[in-house]
Amino acid sequence: MHALCIQTLGMAVGHGVRCLSQLAELPELHQMMRQTCRDYAQKELAPIAAQLDKDHKFPAKQVKELGAMGVMAVEVPESLGGAGMDYLAYCLAVEELSRGCASTGVIVSVNNSLYLGPILKFGTEEQKKQWITPFTTGERVGCFALSEPGNGSDAGAASTLAQQEGDEWVLSGTKAWITNCWDASATVVFATTDKSLKHKGISAFLVPMPHPGLSLGKKEDKLGIRASSTANIILEDCHIPLGNMLGERGMGFKIAMQTLDSGRLGIAAQALGIAQAALDCAADYAHKRTAFGAPIGKLQAIQFKLADMALAIESARLLTWRAAMLRDAKKPFTKEAAMAKLAASEAATFVSHQAIQVLGGMGYVTDMPAERHYRDARITEIYEGTSEIQRLVIANNILKEYQQ
Amino acid sequence: MHRSSEVKHVASYLNTRGCECFGQPCESHCPVLTDRTIHVQLKTFIKIRVKPDRTGVVTDGVKHSMNPFCEIAVEEAIKLKEKKLVKEVVAVSCGPQQVQETIRTALAMGADRGIHVEVSGKDYETLGPLQVSKIFAALAKKEQADLIILGKQAIDDDCNQTGQMTAALLDWPQGTFASEMTLEADKLKVVREVDGGLETIKIKLPAVVTADLRLNTPRYATLPNIMKAKKKKIANVKPADLGVDVCSRLEVLKVDEPPQRQAGVKVETVDDLVGKLKEAGRV
Repeated sequence: MHALCIQTLGMAVGHGVRCLSQLAELPELHQMMRQTCRDYAQKELAPIAAQLDKDHKFPAKQVKELGAMGVMAVEVPESLGGAGMDYLAYCLAVEELSRGCASTGVIVSVNNSLYLGPILKFGTEEQKKQWITPFTTGERVGCFALSEPGNGSDAGAASTLAQQEGDEWVLSGTKAWITNCWDASATVVFATTDKSLKHKGISAFLVPMPHPGLSLGKKEDKLGIRASSTANIILEDCHIPLGNMLGERGMGFKIAMQTLDSGRLGIAAQALGIAQAALDCAADYAHKRTAFGAPIGKLQAIQFKLADMALAIESARLLTWRAAMLRDAKKPFTKEAAMAKLAASEAATFVSHQAIQVLGGMGYVTDMPAERHYRDARITEIYEGTSEIQRLVIANNILKEYQQ
Repeated sequence: MHRSSEVKHVASYLNTRGCECFGQPCESHCPVLTDRTIHVQLKTFIKIRVKPDRTGVVTDGVKHSMNPFCEIAVEEAIKLKEKKLVKEVVAVSCGPQQVQETIRTALAMGADRGIHVEVSGKDYETLGPLQVSKIFAALAKKEQADLIILGKQAIDDDCNQTGQMTAALLDWPQGTFASEMTLEADKLKVVREVDGGLETIKIKLPAVVTADLRLNTPRYATLPNIMKAKKKKIANVKPADLGVDVCSRLEVLKVDEPPQRQAGVKVETVDDLVGKLKEAGRV
């Protein structure tokens, strides 16, 4: 399948830069996959999304169903229980699912990109069997513990400690803002094994959940994506076997950064889904609502809004697809991924803001989903790299390109 | 975004080989042929418009997908295969190039191979249950099918004829409006949803079954199955190859939208009501 995708995209990816415009449409496989996810989101997620949001309820049944479909482990090879598809397929899946329910989208994204991603890339064969296969079915989900109360963007300043005691690592410290943690069965934790080396002293560890020495803080009461749990992970004298280190000692920061490079495409896809749902809502309303004797879609003010909304989404979508295709072709994609995440998250906040405007008063009440899209969109500019960090990443890459 | 397609009739077959152990429980070497009709499903929130020349409805630009009853039929066929009561599931569709998409969806659900009976242009516009059932009957003989499962009706034309006609042409028994079907040796027990309630019948194979709503809940294609579907074969056949003439014996005179709902009139007494009805010539 991967080869087929490359064949179809062929010259486009091979020559990288300008050829995306040659892509009239997605390969058939991706279209089928996208349609399946869209059908699932429409039938199973969209009808319950509002209630999940009200109840702050983890969609366990739906996550299991998505696991059975292969969506919880899109890139994981079939030998380990995954779907064995490429990253473009994954981005399409997350976008379509997020269009139905943004919380479900982030649950799928975190499991795929932030949990399975680093283990797939840096894990030993043994670790892959133990920590990947059970997490492909939707029965279990994983999470990613990098941020701390004292540092989010400043990931290199991790203060969670990992000390070797005999044949065990002992972790202590607190992690903050961990998505999925109340529903997770394992986590990738970043802790420093040598504070003096600063970011080069950080290592990655695999910790099962629940586990002695690991406890969870209270569930955060969030503005949006309320069906996914977010809380602190508190490590107090948490003992894990030496074999639970992921990658080499001191490799943690590199693992985190590379993981986030990919993870931000998942979030870009989620943002696109939210934005698309908001546009769907606004455009539908523009047909139905009449004012001044005609549907409001006839008014230029509304038309200009809809045009700007659609433009923002389409641009961000193409950036996302391009970054995903570069990644699939094993080409550098850091700059493009940052651009995609930045564009998509800003599109999501812009589009959902305008969608409420188009709906007027109806946009402000819970009877219509516009307010939920507005609340869900906001986080996409913050997690997995704030918009400010994305700009720094892009700028650094540009400056490197123009290096004298 | 890919263009929406014009899919009118898609039928899926399950293929079967001659069963030597006639009278014995059908094991994996006795495949069952299930046939199913998939029709265009015009999304319910899309406003259906009558064509300006009033010969039909506008289908251009309307997203087409598998008929819901046909999805149920495919699901049933695949379940039979999973229970090892059936050897091979063949999905069949009659229509233009775009029906291949729908066949692929059936393949992604788990059908083994597809047959695309090419009917396009004017022939396709006039394709109706009689021609489709002739095609199915011919294919059933060619593929030596044992069981044909179709959706009970298509939700665009609501004909509810193809299954019955196919059975008649083949001189096979039929179990229509099935809400339950169980394979017992060489007989098929079918529970039918009829106006009076539920009717249970036993029919001998080979047979035709049409699927009703409560037969099962169709599965979503899994990503690995979508990938496998790419490798499965879809054979191309023309109606002429099967000796079928798709010329229609029906001529659509005109198609109109349902009349606009008129405002009602409120009356005070029953006498008034009767009086008004008499005035309007209704009684």
